[in-house]
Amino acid sequence: MQPLEALTREARALASGSYPVIPILSVNETEVGRQMMICNSCRYCEGFCAVFPAMTRRLEFGKADINYLANLCHNCGACLHACQYAPPHEFAINVPQAMAKVRVETYADYAWPAALGTLYKRNGLTLSLALVAGLALFLMLAAGLQGSLFHASAGGNFYSIFPHNLMVGLFAPIFLFAVLSLSLGVRRFWMDVSPGAATAAAVGDAADKVLRLKFLDGGHGEGCNNANDSFTLARRRYHHFTFYGFMLCFAATSVATLYHYLFGWEAPYGLTSLPKLLGIAGGVSLLIGTVGLFVLNLNRHPLQGDAAQKPMDRGFISLLFLTAASGLTLMLSRGTPILGLTLCVHLGAVMALFATLPYGKFAHGIFRSAALLKWAIEKRQPNSLQLGDD
Amino acid sequence: MVDVLVIGGGNAALCAALMAREAGASVLLLEASPREWRGGNSQHTRNLRCMHDGPQDVLIDAYPEEEYWQDLLKVTGGITDENLARLAIRASSTCRDWMRRHGVHFQPPLSGALHVARTNAFFMGGGKALVNAYFRSAEKLGVQVRYDTPVVSVELDGERFVAAHTAKGERITAKSCVLAAGGFESNREWLREAWGQNARGEWPSDNFLIRGTRFNEGVLLKYMINAGADSIGDPTQAHMVAIDARAPLYDGGICTRIDCVSLGVVVNREGERFYDEGEDFWPKRYAIWGRLVAQQPGQISYSIIDQKAIGRFMPPVFPGTSANTLLELAQKLGLPEQVFVKTMDDYNAACRLGNFDHTALDDCRTEGLMPAKTHWARPINTAPFYGYALKPGVTFTYLGLKVNERAAVHFAGRSSPNLFVAGEMMAGNVLGKGYTAGVGMAIGTAFGRIAGTQAAAAAKKVEHATA
Repeated sequence: MQPLEALTREARALASGSYPVIPILSVNETEVGRQMMICNSCRYCEGFCAVFPAMTRRLEFGKADINYLANLCHNCGACLHACQYAPPHEFAINVPQAMAKVRVETYADYAWPAALGTLYKRNGLTLSLALVAGLALFLMLAAGLQGSLFHASAGGNFYSIFPHNLMVGLFAPIFLFAVLSLSLGVRRFWMDVSPGAATAAAVGDAADKVLRLKFLDGGHGEGCNNANDSFTLARRRYHHFTFYGFMLCFAATSVATLYHYLFGWEAPYGLTSLPKLLGIAGGVSLLIGTVGLFVLNLNRHPLQGDAAQKPMDRGFISLLFLTAASGLTLMLSRGTPILGLTLCVHLGAVMALFATLPYGKFAHGIFRSAALLKWAIEKRQPNSLQLGDD
Repeated sequence: MVDVLVIGGGNAALCAALMAREAGASVLLLEASPREWRGGNSQHTRNLRCMHDGPQDVLIDAYPEEEYWQDLLKVTGGITDENLARLAIRASSTCRDWMRRHGVHFQPPLSGALHVARTNAFFMGGGKALVNAYFRSAEKLGVQVRYDTPVVSVELDGERFVAAHTAKGERITAKSCVLAAGGFESNREWLREAWGQNARGEWPSDNFLIRGTRFNEGVLLKYMINAGADSIGDPTQAHMVAIDARAPLYDGGICTRIDCVSLGVVVNREGERFYDEGEDFWPKRYAIWGRLVAQQPGQISYSIIDQKAIGRFMPPVFPGTSANTLLELAQKLGLPEQVFVKTMDDYNAACRLGNFDHTALDDCRTEGLMPAKTHWARPINTAPFYGYALKPGVTFTYLGLKVNERAAVHFAGRSSPNLFVAGEMMAGNVLGKGYTAGVGMAIGTAFGRIAGTQAAAAAKKVEHATA
């Protein structure tokens, strides 16, 4: 559908010899293409989300279109339960599942550096190893620096266990690498099906859809499907708890960084200080959100989504939970002998989380936001098709 | 013993079950299909034709009773019952709030269906979403639902319903009963019997595809007619459209339609045209093309277009056969080459070009050609060329049981006190022939709700009589 971008990419690929000249569809992409041809001649699901209106602007589905549509899909399940062609019908339409299978391929395909894209393939293992490595790192550091984990609660000051500069030196590069990696990945995704320049209205629209999780409302406001054909707002709400909890924790860290460098106010901060309040609120919110999402994930209808990705989904949810829980425990364990141990667990979890951000479930937020922005731009452009009334 | 037994699991059956339950009756609903195929033809529907005197949520302007009635009169050619038709029309103006209370969501028309923005309210997600919502509401209200339970016969005492007998031999009694088990479109033998053999010695119905459920075998309909229930309608009349010949035998639904007929020409197996493809807008003509194709040899035809039509019609579910010349297309489609090419040459030569506009009845037409193409006639001369094989696709049959305004089953003119019928099993009272979008759901909803209310009242009467 975007011949210029496709040609440019082909030319670039040809020059570098890094990419197949003709984008060959994967098995999963071919399946999405097959299903979209059927959906496009039915269109009953147009009211649920952005995937189907975006589909109706196309007659053919190339690799880039399929990757774009797959990332627009929120796996809400509405179209699966409403589908007259869902299994056991011979057309075997299951859009949420087909899209999920492609989605994880796009994360891997667009990953930077490309070699690390394979980390998506066995993501449960990736997360476990990252966590073990993170824990081991801090336990060994603590042991090395302090000689023991259990005597170091010098007034509850973490920096007496791990000096501030050491922590910055460890976390800053990992975090910046994650940001760089995700940015380069999503940039490649964007170039592939760039629908044009983003206007302020389009950016505002996309931000609204992202921040409100509009497409988990079912199109009618009663929510998405989870265990069966009934609607629930639980997933949308628990995702909000998780997302905004994460952002509050991020804000707590950011404020603390400003305090440290701008004002020279060093941690620990008081219970009513801004970093503490943000951190506590964020941590509690994360705990509620991740527990809710985990239970919903366990109860999800077996046909909805890709079963092979459950380890990635649940691994990421668990890592977020561990980060929040260890963070809150750390606060409560100040002045106790377990401070050193909880600090190591918390820092290990955070390190594992940061290190795997570009190679795990976290990527869904970035790619989906980009897809929603594409849609916000695309829908403001005139439709090139003039399909008559049926 | 349950108060009301509902036989069927589609829109009309569910409307009846919900109304009866709301009226305080205990209700048992028997669905012939397994759970995953529940809902009969309703799972393939998408909208409800609604009367309204002014703009209403998803409906624009007005669609007054008289206009609705005139539309129905036109498509049925007068083969309708004005009293029952107006009952359904009026009910369509007030039923949507009730539908919403049971979980149905409406939305503005889908892309490619703007021509019915004024007259039809679309179900968000289509008919299966509606069926799901009704089943959820029914279960929440305490309606008992049993799947995989086809009913093969009804035990009667004169005009009175006594019990239903299932295929597994179970006898289920109830104080009253609603029959809403669909037409007979998926009963190949009955279709064969109804359509018979034509002058060419063919059994036309053997080549029909069924757009709807495989579970509408018409077992109960046949049983009731044999048991002396009054019937109405011609067994060959049905909602019948021309669909892609590669569609599945059952449950092809909406996506198997071919919407490019008015943009090109249609030839039969002999390579000849047989009807004006540009007579009127496609939404007003698609319902006649099923019968037109059924009359052609082999019950097959071919819609032929060229590159100029691409992107101007709803995308078909299967890709068309394409070729760089008309001769090559004839070869690929297996059409007699010389006749086909001559048909196309004659047509191309007869096109009098005007200002092509497929959103209006334009002035592009043929001159001196039989049959003429009266609008949107443009020479088919731009490669690549595309061909789509068409077969008749039956949505539902119109032969049904005669009813009154209480939806009661009749025996030699006498109405049953406790046996009612709704949906396709009686739609023929209103729809003698022809079709207009969303009218099947309007009839099913109106008479399903009436039948449920009446059945609950009849069950109460039985209680009083025995108390």
